Amino acid sequence: MQFRKSWIMTLALTSVVALAACGNNATTNNGGNNAAATNAPTEASSGADLSGSVLASGSTALQPLVEQVAEKFMETNTGVDIQVQGGGSGTGLTQVAEKQVDIGNSDVFAEEKLKDADAEKAAALVDHQVAVVGIATVTHPDAGVDGLTKQQLVDIFTGKVTNWKEVGGADQKIQIINRPGSSGTRATYESFALGMKTEDLQGSIQEDSSGTVKKMIGETPGAIGYLGLSYLDDSVKAISYEGVEPSVDNVISGKYPVWAYEHMYTNGEPTEAVKAFLDYFLTDEVQTGDVVELGYIPASKMQVSRDLEGNVTTK
Amino acid sequence: MRGKLKQSRFEKHHIEDFIGRSYMSLCVLLLVVIIISMVYFVASKGVSTFISGDVTVSDFLFGTKWSPEAEPASYGAFPFIAGSFLVTLLAALIASPLSICAALFMTEIVPGWGKKLLQPVIELLSGIPSVVYGFIGLSVIVPFLRNTFPGQGIGVAAGALVLSVMILPTITSVAADALSSLPQNLKESSFALGATRWQTISRVIIPTTLPAIMTGIVLGMARAFGEALAVQMVIGNAPFVPRSLFESASTLTSVITLGMGNTTMGSAHNNSLWSMALVLMLMTFVFIFLVRLLERRNKI
Repeated sequence: MQFRKSWIMTLALTSVVALAACGNNATTNNGGNNAAATNAPTEASSGADLSGSVLASGSTALQPLVEQVAEKFMETNTGVDIQVQGGGSGTGLTQVAEKQVDIGNSDVFAEEKLKDADAEKAAALVDHQVAVVGIATVTHPDAGVDGLTKQQLVDIFTGKVTNWKEVGGADQKIQIINRPGSSGTRATYESFALGMKTEDLQGSIQEDSSGTVKKMIGETPGAIGYLGLSYLDDSVKAISYEGVEPSVDNVISGKYPVWAYEHMYTNGEPTEAVKAFLDYFLTDEVQTGDVVELGYIPASKMQVSRDLEGNVTTK
Repeated sequence: MRGKLKQSRFEKHHIEDFIGRSYMSLCVLLLVVIIISMVYFVASKGVSTFISGDVTVSDFLFGTKWSPEAEPASYGAFPFIAGSFLVTLLAALIASPLSICAALFMTEIVPGWGKKLLQPVIELLSGIPSVVYGFIGLSVIVPFLRNTFPGQGIGVAAGALVLSVMILPTITSVAADALSSLPQNLKESSFALGATRWQTISRVIIPTTLPAIMTGIVLGMARAFGEALAVQMVIGNAPFVPRSLFESASTLTSVITLGMGNTTMGSAHNNSLWSMALVLMLMTFVFIFLVRLLERRNKI
């Protein structure tokens, strides 16, 4: 009796999983076919003779984009096998510095992670900036604030201001939803929105995935946090920074300062297959197609550029 | 018969015996090598924090300030150690009575349909992935606590509630096994003396099986201590010793999972995470030691 029951349950679960897998396969295949159809005229001639395997790891924020572009690339360059792994920016940088992978994906400049004893490792890495992410300050919809200044944000994130009414909002306690200290998103937000490093406050919440951060901000009364522009929707409220709306256009024109490059690092000069893949990443087709589609901002569109020290220059 | 044995050293069943034996020895050897190298890896990485002089052992174990990215950095892991113990003990406190009652229900009260119904349900609980528990915790338990108690719902209480459900199957199945292996004559003599069912359960059955039940509880605590994902989702992850059960706190596992991917190998921050992994591993050894101790008492 026991056996039969568990057997039936196993069978049911297996079939559900199998069905789900079929569904997935069907969609990816379709997507792949479409991609192949659009790519065929442009890439088919040059792509046939490339071969080799490419291993990329690192930033989970960049991973979906790299995966999607890699899939398209492999459709036309059938000899190239690209594997994309997550693990986080730190992992990606470590592995590319030690030549365990060909490409290390990172949300931050390598020099910011590989410091002190590892500084020379960072010097060997070649930066490829493939996309830009804008980061918006986000509050619970009932906080009652439409915008905050830099000083107000600093006061909130250092714990000087603890109630929304002190910055012109509702009479509601402020709940900070932060990222862990090692997060690239937090580093970006602290350097370009707050202009300083902040310490964790007692009672603040830390989550590392954007999905969870959004859920927490949307559900927790009085919550404040920050999210990539692609994650914004009606469950949370994106507020302006120093009177500037966080939008793709404002990031491109350089009016909205809270953004960061998505980097793909190689160790020294890349091999032929890796170089072809990175070049493909910067073609208009990918930059205006996949990059925009997945909510990133094309690096090629940016009217300003920024170096490691944070100096912004107009192109 | 004896003579035949002597001459048939190379007969088929002896060769089979030899192959089986070598195969198993090989497997066991591999297992031992894997375990030893894992322990060595974690230990060597974990110790490097202290060898490099970034932080002393006592600062690490008892320091309450954790700001690895600040200048100067401080690596006090006490809030996480305290958080781990708090969550684990609370979870065991919540889960133990429930599990013992479930085990008694299955073996003593209604051994027939009680067992048929409860066993699969409890086994199913142990098969649910931890991320599902975490998500349910985040979507159901956290809002409930937020509306019922002061605070934001996240914190040690939410973590302990999620964990208590997760360790329920471990404690229940170990306790149920112990209860059903209890010699029948023990119960029968108790009944023969005129004891009621409740008296038999509370005075005879539970005291005799207590070491086994404790084994189950310790095994459950070991699982709770090491659980990362589900706890991380509901506990809030602020690096402080919480002032209440409903305030954001951290555990060793939640800090490791949050930080490991974002830090580079060999940095002081990364090394300190390995030291926490070492603390976790040492605690697991303590739990296993406890289980062995209880098992020895159980032999009687």
